[in-house]
Amino acid sequence: MAAAASNVSEKTRKFEKVCEILDQYGHDSSKLIPILQAVQEEYRYLPEEVLNFVATSLALPPARVFGVATFFAHFTLQPKGKHIFRLCDGTACHVRGSIPIYDALRKKVGLAAGKATTDDLMFTVETVSCLGACGLAPAVVLNDEVHGLMTPDSACALVDEILTKEAQA
Amino acid sequence: MENTVLIDGLSVPINGERNLLELCRKAGIEIPTFCYHSDLSVYGACRLCLVDIEGMGIQTSCTTAPRAGMVVKTATEEIREMRRITVELLLANHDYNCPTCSKSATCKLQALARRLGVSEVRFKSTQPTQPIDRSAPSIERNPNRCVLCGDCVRACAEIQGIGAIDFAYRGANSAVLPAFGKDLNDVECVHCGKCAAVCPTGALVPRSEVEDVWKVIDNPEKVVVAQIAPAVRVAIGECFGKAPGTVATGQIAAAMRRIGFDKIFDSSFTADMTVLEESEEFMARKAKGENLPIMTSCCPAWVKFTEQYFPELLPNLSSCKSPQQMFGSVAKKILPEMLKVKPENLVVVAVMPCTAKKFEARRPEFKTEAGPDVDFVLTTQELARMIEEKGLAFDKLEPESLDMPLGFKTGAGVIFGATGGVSEAVLRYAAEKLGGPRGQEVEFREMRGQEGVREAEITVNGTTLKMAIAHGLGNARKLAEKIRDGKAQYDIVEVMACPGGCVGGAGQPISTEQYVAATRAKGLYDADRTMQLHASQDNHKLAECYKEHFGDKVGGHEAHEYLHTEYQSRRRMTQHGFDISSAEDDSDKLTVKVCVGTNCYLKGSQDILRRMAHHVQESGLQDRVQVAATFCFEKCGTSPNASVNGELIEACSFEKIKAALDAALAAAK
Repeated sequence: MAAAASNVSEKTRKFEKVCEILDQYGHDSSKLIPILQAVQEEYRYLPEEVLNFVATSLALPPARVFGVATFFAHFTLQPKGKHIFRLCDGTACHVRGSIPIYDALRKKVGLAAGKATTDDLMFTVETVSCLGACGLAPAVVLNDEVHGLMTPDSACALVDEILTKEAQA
Repeated sequence: MENTVLIDGLSVPINGERNLLELCRKAGIEIPTFCYHSDLSVYGACRLCLVDIEGMGIQTSCTTAPRAGMVVKTATEEIREMRRITVELLLANHDYNCPTCSKSATCKLQALARRLGVSEVRFKSTQPTQPIDRSAPSIERNPNRCVLCGDCVRACAEIQGIGAIDFAYRGANSAVLPAFGKDLNDVECVHCGKCAAVCPTGALVPRSEVEDVWKVIDNPEKVVVAQIAPAVRVAIGECFGKAPGTVATGQIAAAMRRIGFDKIFDSSFTADMTVLEESEEFMARKAKGENLPIMTSCCPAWVKFTEQYFPELLPNLSSCKSPQQMFGSVAKKILPEMLKVKPENLVVVAVMPCTAKKFEARRPEFKTEAGPDVDFVLTTQELARMIEEKGLAFDKLEPESLDMPLGFKTGAGVIFGATGGVSEAVLRYAAEKLGGPRGQEVEFREMRGQEGVREAEITVNGTTLKMAIAHGLGNARKLAEKIRDGKAQYDIVEVMACPGGCVGGAGQPISTEQYVAATRAKGLYDADRTMQLHASQDNHKLAECYKEHFGDKVGGHEAHEYLHTEYQSRRRMTQHGFDISSAEDDSDKLTVKVCVGTNCYLKGSQDILRRMAHHVQESGLQDRVQVAATFCFEKCGTSPNASVNGELIEACSFEKIKAALDAALAAAK
């Protein structure tokens, strides 16, 4: 069925997209990982009820789908922020000071201890293992855009930039 | 070169062994393992079965196929050291308060630590203590004792075809969990306990009710009566050094009297009753040609499995309560008067080989206003523990007899505990009813055996009955699919969730040897042969019971009231649906819910849901109506299902929902 009448709500559109993804992969349980990747593209995370729906339509036990979704660091079962900072904490970035940048960013966006995403779902700050950009150490990926040779100050400046843009929007 | 492998200097012939591990064990070398079970797939995770193979180095013997000419060493210094460190590391993160663990005596981790000479643990635990999951009535899950061998995961998925638990997370955070980290009672677990039976440690253990039972025994106001399931008598001896299959009914009666039970009866009495009721039910169906095959409903794990996965076969399940629950109903109906006890002071305790029976006893169908028909369920293991706690020397007890009248049974009621036993017991009754010669050979050996699915045709007096028997729910699933899809026709289908039947239940003494269940079954068949009566219709105590309390009629009105029940489809998980239309939940709006659970999904509910969401938006109704996908109205037999403002629409279509919605909208104006 054709989607995307302009008055179709966001939730309906996302649900239809999940159905499309399942159709596209022929409801083949061996394609679980690419299916979950595509679903996460839509929701920015993997909501429990959607995982359950995926399990049902692939005839897999939900515990198996949950297992795969929690195994890979790429998948997240928690909603992530609109803007995601991924700090490289591989060896090169680490020795060149990734942790002070991480601490500064967390403080700047106001993250409570033990949390990676702000309560308003605006920012997520997390570390990743080596990005393979050691020449640019310390490196930060902001929404799929790589920023090299970062300092705590230049990282916080990126936050200010976003806040200004969001305020204008 | 000969087809042999040289194991520790000993030449061992290869004879179809699947892996080196089996070959080593054949040679009498007990290679240590956690994750290897001969009836599960090979996993290779525990790294204890290492052997040194010339030219190949150190390998896991469970994943290596034997080849002629291999030279294998099984316990070099290097291997012994590696095994010790592996166990030491497992212990580091293990909650080893062993004396207080119910698995202590049968714990493989403990046994291996001793065997391999692990004399100290040099590492500190790095894992925070996890909460214990006591949500299920049947099984307790203690993640702090898990060694991640995966035996439970594979047993649940491979033997039972369910997959209620699986590995989650990764590396040091790895854990075995139900879906989404929910409690076991909130997912599709059928309480069969196979996970607990294969768990090498105390991470999964049957839930104990021993303390509750002591309490009622100690209460002088209570009269505590017990029923003993057939499979218990051929297994409990194993806890006291007897061979599997040793019949110990007399010792059980003696021990339970010493413990303080007031009356000791037999579930076989109500198994005989089940035979009568179920056979009459079958013959009525056969005469009308409806709801065939009749499927046995004695096994509570199978019943829950059917409710979850095969709602369309629910009409095929026999409406008979299981022998445990029939006993509860009969006891609560007739014993207060017979024993001169107030109904509220009568306590029924069932001793079962099974963990799912604990779940069954708590089903709302089996409760009256006065409380549950069966108050407590002890497993064979738990009874053995009570005997130990009381300090009784089991094998020195003089055997005693069970109490009358509910302790009287025929051989048919005894063989119920083995796969094929219920079918054979029913045939012994049906054969006579169908005009077969009376008093002839009553054994139907075609029903017996250990194959996962067995089929047989029995002809009696010109009538042919097609039988199918499955044990292990994975086998049952295959059989049920064939029946559902019309690919096979039978008259009677018997299912027991545990391999081997109830004798192989998860409440039985721990045993990983495959022959044990079959040996226990042989004990039951031997007991049958030594009894005077073999067919349930010859149980005269049962006939008297019918005469005095059930209107003298099998399958009559009173029998139906007390001995039958009905089952209904059941959702697999406690889970809310998800709203797919509006921005936020809004109680002012009319709500259309469409089920996307498995059965409804297969019948096209996804498309109905899409069309509904579009309809609402294209008609500009999004301010008044929200559309949600939901999981399971528990009406799977009439799928696809939907609801409009809480009102259920079964066997729905887009048009039917739209009509209901239009009506609701008009009414709301």
